[in-house]
Amino acid sequence: MKFLISLAILLLADAAAIADGADPAAEARAFREYFFQKFPNVNPDDFVNGPYALNEDMRRQWEEKEQFPPYEFSLEAGKELFAKPFANGKHYADCFPDSGVAIRQNYPQFDAKRGKVITLELALNECREANGEKAISYTGEDMAALTAYVAFTSRGKPFDIRIPDDPRALEAYENGKRYFYTRRGQLNFSCATCHVQNPGERLRAEVLAPGLGILNAMPIYRSEWGGMGTISRRFITCNSQVRGVPLEAQSEEFRDLEYFLSYVSNGLPISGPGARP
Amino acid sequence: MTRLSKTSIGLFGLIVAIFAGSAAFAASTEADFKQAYAAADAAEKEAGRLRNQWLATEAALAEARKAAESSDFDRAVAAAKEAEALAKASIFQATSENEAWKNLEIRP
Repeated sequence: MKFLISLAILLLADAAAIADGADPAAEARAFREYFFQKFPNVNPDDFVNGPYALNEDMRRQWEEKEQFPPYEFSLEAGKELFAKPFANGKHYADCFPDSGVAIRQNYPQFDAKRGKVITLELALNECREANGEKAISYTGEDMAALTAYVAFTSRGKPFDIRIPDDPRALEAYENGKRYFYTRRGQLNFSCATCHVQNPGERLRAEVLAPGLGILNAMPIYRSEWGGMGTISRRFITCNSQVRGVPLEAQSEEFRDLEYFLSYVSNGLPISGPGARP
Repeated sequence: MTRLSKTSIGLFGLIVAIFAGSAAFAASTEADFKQAYAAADAAEKEAGRLRNQWLATEAALAEARKAAESSDFDRAVAAAKEAEALAKASIFQATSENEAWKNLEIRP
């Protein structure tokens, strides 16, 4: 009898574990549906334009600005940097499929060999180091310029982030999701506080962007920064804005967060580099 | 001397004694600072282990060190205690969010 009770308890525990088990595809659909219902008049592809999709005045200003976009200099610099050979004569193009053209939509990727998420920023630095060059700052202008160029060559291509059948990949996705929804900092804000609960609302002078499609426009020129910023810079700034001590650029948490946020935006087009107030 | 004057002098003496006593009681020593700082630093390290430190805690710790360098141990102890309270709040936040984050999640 005791055995039967124990077996029943074990089976119930298993059922609970399955019920709790992540289904990223279903979660991504629910994530998208939340925003489609919250903003029924916004074209799904337009979410990648952040606050401009939600605020008519800002959109008009942005459309004017796009005639002479503020990221143009960075884009040109990125094109030159990407083409410039390393000291050993090789190029960034040698590190990536399709010579690094139109690959942005496939990053971040889960690297099964190393069991971790590889972002585009990390892949660019690993390419440098593999060719005897020093890594560059994840928050600096050169990284922003390089990622701006790579993103530009992918414009219009839908995000295509894969979660392979590997429990470590699922764990990375889950960790990213947990980070996204976890409140932190003295202000007790999570990423979701701004980008799920309050997109379209003002926080001081800013109109908060929707979480859906938020990375499709990266990197971005921000007037607030007076320059270009990478995804790393954006995450670090978010930590500071909620009065938390920022994590390190490309820390496991940030890479997993990028994995989760990119995955739930699968199907939406790359629009980077972008410009924001 | 009138009875009223004697009472006034007595009262004055009592007030002086209270102030002198409380001043002596309030004056913090370097040892007090070290004790308060060690407690705050330990709590902040725990918050760091939980990957959830706050900028205000770091600022209060820096303020405590700065005050101690200028031998203002009252201010140093007060800042260290504030840092400890902030660090403990960030630890509470991190541990309670272990489960609470699920309340915000968009589920299928």
